[in-house]
Amino acid sequence: MRTNNIMIVGVGGQGSLLASKLLGRMLLQKGYDIKVSEVHGMSQRGGSVVTYVRFGDKVYSPVIDKGEADFIVSFELLEAARWTEYLKPGGKIVVNTQKISPMPVITGAAEYPQGLVEQMNAAGLNVDAIDALTLAEQAGSAKAVNIVLMGRLSRCFDFTEEEWMDAIEKSVPAKFLELNKAAFRLGRNA
Amino acid sequence: MKTLMLGNEAVARGLFEAGCSFVSSYPGTPSTEITECVAAYKEVYAEWAPNEKVAMEAAFGASLAGKRSFCAMKHVGLNVAADPLFTIAYTGVNAGMVIGVADDAGMHSSQNEQDSRHYARASKIPMLEPSDSAEALHFTKLAYELSEQFDTPVFIKMCTRVSHSQSIVELGERIEVSKTYEKNPQKYIMMPGNAKRRHPVVEERTRLLQQWAETADINRVEEGSDHSIGIITSSTSYQYVKEVCGDTYPVMKLGMIWPLPVQKILDFAKTVETLVIVEELDSFIENHCRQLGLTCVGKEKFPCIDEFSQNLIGEKLGKCVQSGTKLNAAIPQRPPVMCAGCPHRGLFYTLAKNKVTALGDIGCYTLGAVPPLAALDTTICMGASISGLHGFTKAGGADGKKTVAVIGDSTFMHSGMTGLVNMAYNESGGTVIIVDNSITGMTGHQQNPTTGYNLKGDPCTKVDLETLCRAVGIRRVRVVDPYDLAQCDAAIKEETAADEPSVIISRRPCALLKYVKHNKPIIADADKCVGCKACMKIGCPAISIVDKKARIDNTLCTGCGVCAQLCKFDALAAAKEV
Repeated sequence: MRTNNIMIVGVGGQGSLLASKLLGRMLLQKGYDIKVSEVHGMSQRGGSVVTYVRFGDKVYSPVIDKGEADFIVSFELLEAARWTEYLKPGGKIVVNTQKISPMPVITGAAEYPQGLVEQMNAAGLNVDAIDALTLAEQAGSAKAVNIVLMGRLSRCFDFTEEEWMDAIEKSVPAKFLELNKAAFRLGRNA
Repeated sequence: MKTLMLGNEAVARGLFEAGCSFVSSYPGTPSTEITECVAAYKEVYAEWAPNEKVAMEAAFGASLAGKRSFCAMKHVGLNVAADPLFTIAYTGVNAGMVIGVADDAGMHSSQNEQDSRHYARASKIPMLEPSDSAEALHFTKLAYELSEQFDTPVFIKMCTRVSHSQSIVELGERIEVSKTYEKNPQKYIMMPGNAKRRHPVVEERTRLLQQWAETADINRVEEGSDHSIGIITSSTSYQYVKEVCGDTYPVMKLGMIWPLPVQKILDFAKTVETLVIVEELDSFIENHCRQLGLTCVGKEKFPCIDEFSQNLIGEKLGKCVQSGTKLNAAIPQRPPVMCAGCPHRGLFYTLAKNKVTALGDIGCYTLGAVPPLAALDTTICMGASISGLHGFTKAGGADGKKTVAVIGDSTFMHSGMTGLVNMAYNESGGTVIIVDNSITGMTGHQQNPTTGYNLKGDPCTKVDLETLCRAVGIRRVRVVDPYDLAQCDAAIKEETAADEPSVIISRRPCALLKYVKHNKPIIADADKCVGCKACMKIGCPAISIVDKKARIDNTLCTGCGVCAQLCKFDALAAAKEV
């Protein structure tokens, strides 16, 4: 099997590490070779962050390059727009429509671009836009945006809901399990 | 059992399995998780040292005592530990000693892009370089065998993409290793007479290690169908090469980067038309090849700046590289920022307001350099703020007035203390501000000697900063709460005007610490807000101006109240306690 490429992009602090942990665990259960490349340290402090998840028969590079991503899951709208160049022709972007202003926008040095979903559609990209923040709040916490989006991404794979639930159980602390399961289902079935 | 592990986690596992029982490190991205992960094994004693020099010397002591030992650091940390390094190379070890060093090509979280491989050559210490987590585990164990077989410390050299990438590893069992210490002055007391006798031993050791490198299976050739090109590579560069070329070209994959094999490389070069060296950062393997008289393609094609990727390698090897669709929209940058509720913010705002010259240091507070605060003048290395302040004031910089050093609690322990001693001893002016957030923040919350807790989370001896500063001879020492802008302002004005060196301790725990209780979010009153943007001067990610009125992001705001102190119209108010 060829190598599949998933990028998880967002803003430092949004929980991309947990999302990639969940994906990694799921793929390990399925017997694939896997590489997951994360960002730690300074970039985590509210900066633009990207996590690469690659799986297949044999994975060499830990990173995904321009034009290679089968899927981009973006936790924030502007970040989706930032990384479109990495999408493979025919790839899919799952995007949370939540907007988080970066510091240049907050200070007035730049503007948050308008109509990004429309622009991505107009560019011929396959965009699946959802309001993951509202769904996460429905599930019980705004912090569950990451798992809502993993639920949404799960629709693109053949793995069963039971397999995903099993991976969630192994990835999150017991006291947040029901919250995360609910968040995942909301994303998957919305 | 097969499992997914970060490269750093795999090194930690390798330490456990190899019977390592003493680990001392100073945190530094991308090396930090090695020590955090190994601390989870109860069989291994693990600690945070105040700096890398202390860590390396402690690891040497443990090796001397007969226990397999380890210390980890980032590339710049190795500069701090370079002093013991070059002499431990002469003494050798008793039980195995391994030094983990992690480079940061691309400078994801570093102040320079140095190539630590040069240290292996300069200090004459062998260096293994894993390219994924499985090798990280395997090479760590192998490093202990080499350490004891050749009587030398051994480097495990990581890089960001190996340290922070998860891949599959196979777990093994732990072995226990213990040796007895025997007094041996000729080997362990490096006075000139003894050191003169040890240097030839080191040279002979390097010769033997180079012979080992000729036949070691970690330096392997992977056959290819097309011999027009042959590639020598290592570490993460190997992964990019294989990603692009698959089995097309023969590849020599080096697992030991120092000493490098000679005959093996000469033999490989004979089998290919063009020899290509693919290595991140400096021309290390390439220089070796050229020294052997080989013609090769190296840094004239592959940059010595930034990290590589498969597209870069593909393009340089003349392959067609695809790219996706770029949007026409102008996408604003999203640089890292101080978190909402960060205790450093109020202090930096006050420094900027008072137009103070501020020599900065290494930590989260380096973000005080970013607009709109833009409150810092320099960032060099750990401790340089204080020593730099001394020289700056002695040289009459900024007319000798209003000049400060800003340094965190952990960084002050690391290498700020000696600079402060210098300021007191040599009687300079200037004010040292210790931003004490009770944790090592940037690397992800590690304990340090000022927090009162050790690496395992147990209560321990706590350094009292005020007492320490007074003890070295600083008479003016005061503590402020950085959430209180008036207090900060008074302290900065008074201390920078004083005729003697002074210390301000700006004390409040990091807002991200689990035990820190947040207030309710600030409430923005749109009727009172006149849109003057005074609250925007602190660069808080929780505040934005929407429709010319201040708006608070309730998911981010910690209710610290710094913004409210800037509002002259009472439009930002603390929520009433219910």
